[in-house]
Parts: sequence; structure tokens; C-alpha cells
Amino acid sequence: MDHLRPVPDGVPFEGTPSGGSQSGDGAAARLASLIQRASKGDEVAFAELYDATSARAYGLALRVVRNPAQAEEVVQEAYLNAWRTSSRFDPARGSATGWLLTIVHRKSVDRVRSAEASTNRDAIYHRESQPVEHDSTVEAAHASLDAQRVRGAVATLTDVQREAVELAFFGGYTHTEVATMLDVPVGTAKTRIRDGLIRLRDAMGVGS
Amino acid sequence: MSDIHKLTGAYALDAVDDIECATFERHLAECDDCRTEVASLRETTALLAESAAVSPPPSLRDSVLSGISQVRPLPPIVAPPRRAAWFPLLVAAALVAVLGVGAAVWQPWAPSDTGSLTAAEQVLQASDAQEVEVDLGEAGRATVVRSKSVGKAVITTEDMVSAPSGKVYALWLESAEGDMLPAGLMPDVPNQTVVLEGDAASATAAGITVEPEGGSAEPTLPVVAIFDFSQAT
Repeated sequence: MDHLRPVPDGVPFEGTPSGGSQSGDGAAARLASLIQRASKGDEVAFAELYDATSARAYGLALRVVRNPAQAEEVVQEAYLNAWRTSSRFDPARGSATGWLLTIVHRKSVDRVRSAEASTNRDAIYHRESQPVEHDSTVEAAHASLDAQRVRGAVATLTDVQREAVELAFFGGYTHTEVATMLDVPVGTAKTRIRDGLIRLRDAMGVGS
Repeated sequence: MSDIHKLTGAYALDAVDDIECATFERHLAECDDCRTEVASLRETTALLAESAAVSPPPSLRDSVLSGISQVRPLPPIVAPPRRAAWFPLLVAAALVAVLGVGAAVWQPWAPSDTGSLTAAEQVLQASDAQEVEVDLGEAGRATVVRSKSVGKAVITTEDMVSAPSGKVYALWLESAEGDMLPAGLMPDVPNQTVVLEGDAASATAAGITVEPEGGSAEPTLPVVAIFDFSQAT
């Protein structure tokens, strides 16, 4: 259960975080303008968007689907979807990174759920009990001021909140599955997930 | 804990099933508080992803960029598809339907006098029409009517929630051999009557699934609703 453990310090992060970052407001505006240019068919702008966000997109997909080849497929699908729907991005409703990573996460979750629907549903419990291979690529994850901010915020969660948020976000489980896995009522799991996220939001100063 | 507002966190993490997702998105369209909360929680999850960043293999960049070069971005949405906006459209459609019938009556030189009943009406009015209703709770209600003599089935929905964003409801007919055969996609409106594509005479059941835009060759499980014709009334 070390999904949210700290990442090593060192290499400066090549991209910029989503809304709420003290350091990245200019960069966040830059990403938003790149998506708007992409919606007019500007492939150069889209390549710049990819370069600024792909480590987060790939890392997220890899964490959820776990298989590197499948993670690549998911990321490719997600960027293609982002390109197609770029005209639907509204900077007034959220950050560019938030919009993009929402697509990546949804595609990742779709992938693990459809894979399980067609195989043995019981496997999800085994998957949980297997250790996650944090190989060298994961260890090479970029650190940044924002990673430190995330680390600090995660530390404010109670253990049960962190467990529920991890299973839902990185595990890709539904809140009812999380409730069964943690052996708590559905309402309890739902509340832990929401309270945990709200606490993270407030600790990271999102939307303030 | 049936309070739907509590689902903001699970929704922001995609930790909801398709029906919960569709139901909650309908709620979101009407609840400013939840919309604001979901937006802020989505930003939070984007920052969480920061802790998982891993550089992808360089070949992925080429795949992505060559992939997008073959696809045209969608046009912007000119008029926001707010739920209320459907109402005038439905009225307009109903007027067209009425005027259309009038035209058929008043134009004896119309090329054909067949088709005075639509395919849906032929099924719904058939003497051997069989009906199966499925109540989806907060997600709405759907009824399938099948006529063996007409060889078609019709689905009617009432107050059905929209499919999750980026998804569509797909229709299926189960053959006597147990194969699920694609029977078309449903328009994304709450109340509708749609004729299922394909031969319904020998089908043993009809089903609805949630599929990616454009549909799928095989149904994605779990099935949203199954209409077992052996239970028909």
C-alpha cells in the first residue's frame, strides 16, 4: 500500500502543475492556449502540450493499468481523444492538466474494468494482494515543488482516508468495490473518499 | 447515505459504475454546488497524478503525433446542449410529425400510400406485440415491445439519464444461439422510441449496454438492462 509514497527529490520536473500552483500560473495559461490552438488543427501546439504533460499522463495510466504496453495504448487513446475534443475544453471550468488527466484516468479505468469484465472478476482481489513492482522507471519519477506539496497533503489524511482514495484513484475500483474490499458499508467508503479528497484539496490550496 | 451530493468524491475519481455516473451527471447539470466541488476535486486528483509521473518511452510521442495527424478535431459546440433546450426541439419534431401526417393525407399524388404506419407503430400496434419493462430506478425506465409477425422490436424510454460523457447506449438482440447481435445506438435523449435494427422475430432477449462513442462490435459488460422475451406480457 505505497501508492502515494514520496517520490525521490532531484530532477526538476519538466512540466508544470495544474491550477492552484503558485509556480505555474503562467505555464498553466500556456497549456490552456496550446489546447485552444490544437482545436484549430495546430499539431505543433499539440506536440508542445504532449511534451509538457506526457510524464504525468503516462505515469498515471501505468499506475492504474500496470502493464507498460497497455499504459502506452491508454495514453495514445487519451491524447487522441483530447485532440478530437479540444474545442470542448473550457479554461473557465478548470485547468488544462485537470482536463487532460481526467481523460487519461477515465480511459485507464475503462481499460482495467473492461479487461476484468471479460476475465475472472475474482482476480481483482488477487491484484490487490500482489506487490506493485516499483521498477526503475517509477523510481525515476520526477520530483518537484508540487510533488512535495502532494506529499505534505497526503500526510494530512487519516490512514483509512488514504487507503480509500488510493484504491479508487490508483486502483481504479468503484466506491462500492472499495467498500467491499475494506469491509465497510458503502456509505462509509463514499464518505472516506470524499472527505479524503476535500482534505487533500484544502491542504494543497486548490481553488483558493 | 442516499444523499447524491456525497458522490462528488467518487465521481471525481471515476469510482462510479456507468449507471451511477449517468445519474450523477444528470444531477450535476442541476446542482451548482456539486459542479463546483467536482471541479475542485478534479484539480486535486490532477495534482495527485504528479506523484506518479513517469517518462514514457520516446516512441509513444511519435505514435501520438502521427495518430492525431489523421484525425480532424471536432467543431466547437455552437449552442450548449442544455437539457431545457431539447424541449423546443421536441415540440418542433412533434409539429413536423403532425404536419408530415397532414401532408400524407392532403397529397393524394404522394408517391406511395404505404408507410402510413411507421415501423415503430407497426410493432406497437401488432396483435402479437409482447412487452418487457425494466425499471432502472433513478436512471429512468425502458420498455421493449417485440412483434414476431412484424419481425421487429421497439424500445421506448422514459426519463432515461444521458449516457456518461463520451459514451453511448447501445442496443443488442440476443439470438436463439445466445449471440449478442448489435441492434443500433440510442440517441442521447431521455424520452424516445427507437426501432432495433435486425431481425427480432427469433431473438430471445434485447439488451442495453454503455459503449464508447461509435459503438462496439461486442457488448461491454455489465449490461445496463436486459429484456428477456420469455418474461414478456
